Amino acid sequence: MIIENAKYVKAPLDNPDNKNTAVKATINGTEMFVPLDLDNADFIEIQRQVDAGTVTIEEAD
Amino acid sequence: MALSTIKTASIANDAVTTDKIVNDGNLGNKNLIINGAMQVAQRGTSGTSTADIYTVDRFSLGHGSPVNAMTFEQSTDAPANFKYSLKITAGTGASAGTTGYASLRQAIEGQNIAHVNFGTSAAKDITLSFWVKCSLTGNFGTNIRNQAGNRAYASIYTINSANTWEYKTVTIPADTGGTWPTDSNIGFHMQWDLGAGSNYDIAAGSWTDGTNMFGVEGTVKLTETTNATWQMTGVQVEIGDVATPFEHEDIGATLRKCKRYYEMIDTTIFQTNYSSNGLGNFAWTEQKRATPTLSADTNPDMTLHAETTSGGYVYKGSGFTGNAVRGLRGASEL
Repeated sequence: MIIENAKYVKAPLDNPDNKNTAVKATINGTEMFVPLDLDNADFIEIQRQVDAGTVTIEEAD
Repeated sequence: MALSTIKTASIANDAVTTDKIVNDGNLGNKNLIINGAMQVAQRGTSGTSTADIYTVDRFSLGHGSPVNAMTFEQSTDAPANFKYSLKITAGTGASAGTTGYASLRQAIEGQNIAHVNFGTSAAKDITLSFWVKCSLTGNFGTNIRNQAGNRAYASIYTINSANTWEYKTVTIPADTGGTWPTDSNIGFHMQWDLGAGSNYDIAAGSWTDGTNMFGVEGTVKLTETTNATWQMTGVQVEIGDVATPFEHEDIGATLRKCKRYYEMIDTTIFQTNYSSNGLGNFAWTEQKRATPTLSADTNPDMTLHAETTSGGYVYKGSGFTGNAVRGLRGASEL
């Protein structure tokens, strides 16, 4: 999986603590929004590549 | 044997019991594979392999260098009683060496295999059956492995005639060892070896402990032959040591099962006029396995938010220029 331009985003609703809620990234050439769900296969792969040092995630605006 | 030829005198009084019929028989909804007839193709009907890409729903195809990319299509060339097959065509032939690979797989959710009882003393045999057609002949490999990839069983099936539909069955003996999750993550992978490198090959015929075992020793590797073709349909995995006829199901039932893992909302989601965030809501027609990854075919820089496994909303991004999202896709694949 090729992950590029990864950046956290924050949902504007139901997010009282203004936490990160997803990672916006270009995955295999397509822009995607990956929830921070430990059962989501894409998030698991992003974490794996972050741990491997091949992907970094930019902080949210 | 035709049912009309069964005589009472030929069956012992205790030969047919309720327990055998209800508990050991496959009465319906028996197939652990989803979309085995290759009918549902929500992402499209053709494409080119990557490291791991979905073809028809639930079946993913992957390759790694030095194996070259394959193409795939939902083909209307199918055996009797089937409408579609999944056809894979090798690219330029190349040996996989040690770490190259080419493999087709379906990951099966743990909750759907709990009754197989793998990893316990109550484990049951399972049987894989499928129709296959290939431009090559010889011994080919298939493989089942657990989520961790540290427990696997490889089998061999033989293609006798080139370019001819053949029906194959493989029985996988009960595994009382290993760890086989029964939650909403992967229970096991069913894989077809199209070109695994030697590092991934294991010998057929026994449960094996190791790592990354999805190839089968001594088998034909499709991707070594330029433009070689391999097709499959009628895929079924069921409990027991006998392959029973493929369980055809209505397209709505198959589509609903597929949508637990991937769904496209084929309509337009407009922002409302009642929110400064430019919100628009959506709900999936089928609840997802996990909170899904979102993408859209047309997205004027709106941000997509999967609120739950049931739905979510879209809202304005920093470069927002439009007012609608089309072709919203949610993926919660295994």
